[in-house]
Amino acid sequence: MGLSGFAFGVTSAGSGLTLLQTCALSLLVFTGASQFALVGALAAGGNPFTAAAGAFFLGVRNAFYGLRLSQLLALPRGLRPMAAQWVIDETTAVTLAQPTRRSARIGFTVTGATLYGLWNLTTLLGALGARALGDTDTWGLDAAGPAVFLALLAPMLTTSTERVVAALAVLLGLGLLPVLPAGVPVLAAALAAPAVLYLAGRRTRGARGSDESPGERVDDTATAHDVRGRVRGGAGEEDR
Amino acid sequence: MNVWIAIGVTAVGCYAVKLAGLLVPAGVLEKPLVKRLAALLPVALLAALTAQQTFADGQDLVLDARAAGLAAAAVALVLRAPFLLVVAAAVVVTAGGRALGG
Repeated sequence: MGLSGFAFGVTSAGSGLTLLQTCALSLLVFTGASQFALVGALAAGGNPFTAAAGAFFLGVRNAFYGLRLSQLLALPRGLRPMAAQWVIDETTAVTLAQPTRRSARIGFTVTGATLYGLWNLTTLLGALGARALGDTDTWGLDAAGPAVFLALLAPMLTTSTERVVAALAVLLGLGLLPVLPAGVPVLAAALAAPAVLYLAGRRTRGARGSDESPGERVDDTATAHDVRGRVRGGAGEEDR
Repeated sequence: MNVWIAIGVTAVGCYAVKLAGLLVPAGVLEKPLVKRLAALLPVALLAALTAQQTFADGQDLVLDARAAGLAAAAVALVLRAPFLLVVAAAVVVTAGGRALGG
């Protein structure tokens, strides 16, 4: 991530943001995908609120990281507002890999501080570098943004559900581009997620309802048991 | 000014969701449907953003050197290249394509 800060600095400056704006983004937002999305949307002429909305929805995943981390780190409430800025993909991955609470806290703090420093320093260098390069498009630097998105997306495409969501989102994002104002097609494409989830849920329920074989019914009972077990397990965890 | 508004709104929003994850009780976000949706939302957004930033020129769809650059990035990903090399492949191939008049 430290190195891709350079790519962000270059992309942001190439999109027409000033040095101050570029550095402010890395200091204040500090979550890579959202920053790339924002400068891309602004460069495409999106209004500030639709551009920010796309960046915001990409950042929502950090809430779920925070949820896991708050259980692992058990930070005092007063420290949480300070720790929050460092809740990102990389710190979560490092913290989750630690065997004890002490090492989780150390891992989170060291990774967070190192990446925050590196990300901001490389953003500055990238923005300065872009200035020295002149027209960044000549150097192919406008391809850095989509390449970063693709690199983030690829490991997420683990099952057919993810692939269908991605394909539908591409169709919506490109298909609506000529007809909707800049920035809005991305938000419309986000609807691919709930749409596919809804259709997948309907298909699962439909398959269960239409199948009357005894074997299937045994499976259903097992599933119901599993669900009850999970619910009980979940409640137990909260009690602890 | 518009850029600063966008930066401000994004900064506040992104910080708020990070903090919310640390502050809310575990049960609220642990519902299976919410978790599934939260996992799929970045997939949809990243896919749409990748496609748009490769094939869009304003509100028009175009096929230019960026498509070749993205294809190079995809090949690098399939070959399990490190992150920076994936981005570099896209940049170098796009620049090469433009230099050749693509």
